[in-house]
Amino acid sequence: MSDIALEVRDLVKTFSLDGTTINAVDQVSFQVKFGEFVALVGPSGSGKTTLLSILAALLTPTSGQVLIDGQDLSAMNEKTRVKLRREKIGFTFQANNLIPFLSARENVEFMLRLNGKLDHGSRIRSDELLARLGLAERLHNLPAQMSGGQQQRVAIARALIHNPALVLADEPTASLDTERAFQVVETFANLIHENGRAGIIVTHDLRMCQFVDRVLQMQDGKLVRVYDNKKEIMELATATIH
Amino acid sequence: MKTIFLATYLAIKEIVRNRGRFLLVSLVIALITLLVLFIAALGEGLGNGNRQYVDGLDAQLIVFLEKSDYIIPSSRLDTNTIRAVRRVEGVADAGAIYTSNTEIVSLEEPLKVSMLAVEPGKPGMPEILEGREFRSGEAREAVIDRNVALRSDIKVGDTIEIRSTQGTEDKFYTLEVVGLTSGQSYSFQPTIFVPSATWEKIRPQSESDMGSDTPYPNIIAVKLQDPAQIEAMSALLTERVANIEVADIDTTISNIPGYSAQQGTVQTQAVFTLLIGILVIGGFFQIQILQKVPQIGVLKAIGSANGMVGLSAVIQIIVVTAMGVGIGGGLTYLFSLGFPPTIPLVFNGVNSLIAVVLLLLIGPVGGLVSIVYAVRIEPLKALRLG
Repeated sequence: MSDIALEVRDLVKTFSLDGTTINAVDQVSFQVKFGEFVALVGPSGSGKTTLLSILAALLTPTSGQVLIDGQDLSAMNEKTRVKLRREKIGFTFQANNLIPFLSARENVEFMLRLNGKLDHGSRIRSDELLARLGLAERLHNLPAQMSGGQQQRVAIARALIHNPALVLADEPTASLDTERAFQVVETFANLIHENGRAGIIVTHDLRMCQFVDRVLQMQDGKLVRVYDNKKEIMELATATIH
Repeated sequence: MKTIFLATYLAIKEIVRNRGRFLLVSLVIALITLLVLFIAALGEGLGNGNRQYVDGLDAQLIVFLEKSDYIIPSSRLDTNTIRAVRRVEGVADAGAIYTSNTEIVSLEEPLKVSMLAVEPGKPGMPEILEGREFRSGEAREAVIDRNVALRSDIKVGDTIEIRSTQGTEDKFYTLEVVGLTSGQSYSFQPTIFVPSATWEKIRPQSESDMGSDTPYPNIIAVKLQDPAQIEAMSALLTERVANIEVADIDTTISNIPGYSAQQGTVQTQAVFTLLIGILVIGGFFQIQILQKVPQIGVLKAIGSANGMVGLSAVIQIIVVTAMGVGIGGGLTYLFSLGFPPTIPLVFNGVNSLIAVVLLLLIGPVGGLVSIVYAVRIEPLKALRLG
């Protein structure tokens, strides 16, 4: 097995708006290895969310290739894409993450149910993961009975429980205060590293970059800069504080 | 199989966790069910009041006077007709039926009844449940139906007094009740049966009718040797017997004055109630789906198939509808226990079943739009795009 979890080649996504064509994603190429945690940063409208949607097999690119765990997304029909999302990808969203009528435990277990992998062993793993995320006391709470940070942590557990190749997090800290945001992203980073998954976090909060291995900076649809040395990343993450 | 299991899991979890909201919709459906079942029962009851006697006849064909348009009160047959009808081959038996209205006055509250004259042992005479048939001829005897017994405390062996307006005078006649039959309502009234010669004497009549001793039957009930030969026998009778027209039981019933119009009205009410039900369910589930767009987006984004999400919506609608219909059926039963016999409610198994099936269908039909909507929601909604 290759150690490349995600490979993006010459990815282009164009939107037509009132006759003008906009390149929301413009010739983007990069790779993410298993066990690597990458941040995707950039101003609003830089194409982060569009890129994330394509990586998540929710949006079809205009051209270019996306390979997740060696599987080419462009060669797939909708049914196979749904299956890929279910098996190979884990998600956390900015808001409305969880199924509101399922408890914390049920939300995580639902991912196992979807994959037909809910059994005694996976139930225990699910509870352990939630405990690891500090939610041992919250197993039976509904999303509405939990804070935003707790909900995000349940979403992280759900994104990881089925051991996907790729974990995508869309602005997981948008509704959290600084302290909780740091906690959530740090735990997320640790779990990505420990479990050997590939993680991509989309954020506009550069301080979160201190927990990642690499930062991809986007602007106007293009990948304009890659920070891959720890010193540069720490500078980027702390620069905004001063 | 896995799809069904997942869809059921989601549907049931959501209903249980939001039971208040779903129960409320179920109660709305329950009330609609109550209404529809009562309208159906009322339709059946009213229809029964009109047709019960004719419907229960031990006969396949009814002979009317020619050009009477199958309307019982406007048909008056010649006395010889009955003999002519009996002679036609293929006729097992035939009985003359004479109709009129009267009033039992020997009660605290006078009771309006249909007074029918029939021949003992012939088609037209219903089966006796208690007591005996009257003797033929001029015996001053009567057989009452269960509807009379329900509305009064008249029992077999009692004597009743009836009032008839003959010419310009009110006449009173005394009859001995000798038998009891099942419900035999005719023309919305409970029924008493009397012998034909007695009937001719005691029936209400106009000045010009008076003085005649010969009773003229309105119709003749014909029992066939082979009940399957309705059409052939109808033609044969018309050919062999002068001045008649022949109808089967269903045609006779639908030509009872007011019967079709009344059933039409009741059915229209039932149909509109069902339509309202469809709109209510449709509205509720559509609003609910609109509120759940992000949630459904997430479900699909994390890998739920469209079919599963759609099936889950279908299961939810079916469960809520079934619960509503169940509660409504129970309520209807409880209410029906408390209704007095004078209100014409009859719960006919077949009609109630049809109503229940239609009621169970209003959920899925009403929710169709929302189900299609749920299936079409883009998973991108989870990412604030699309």
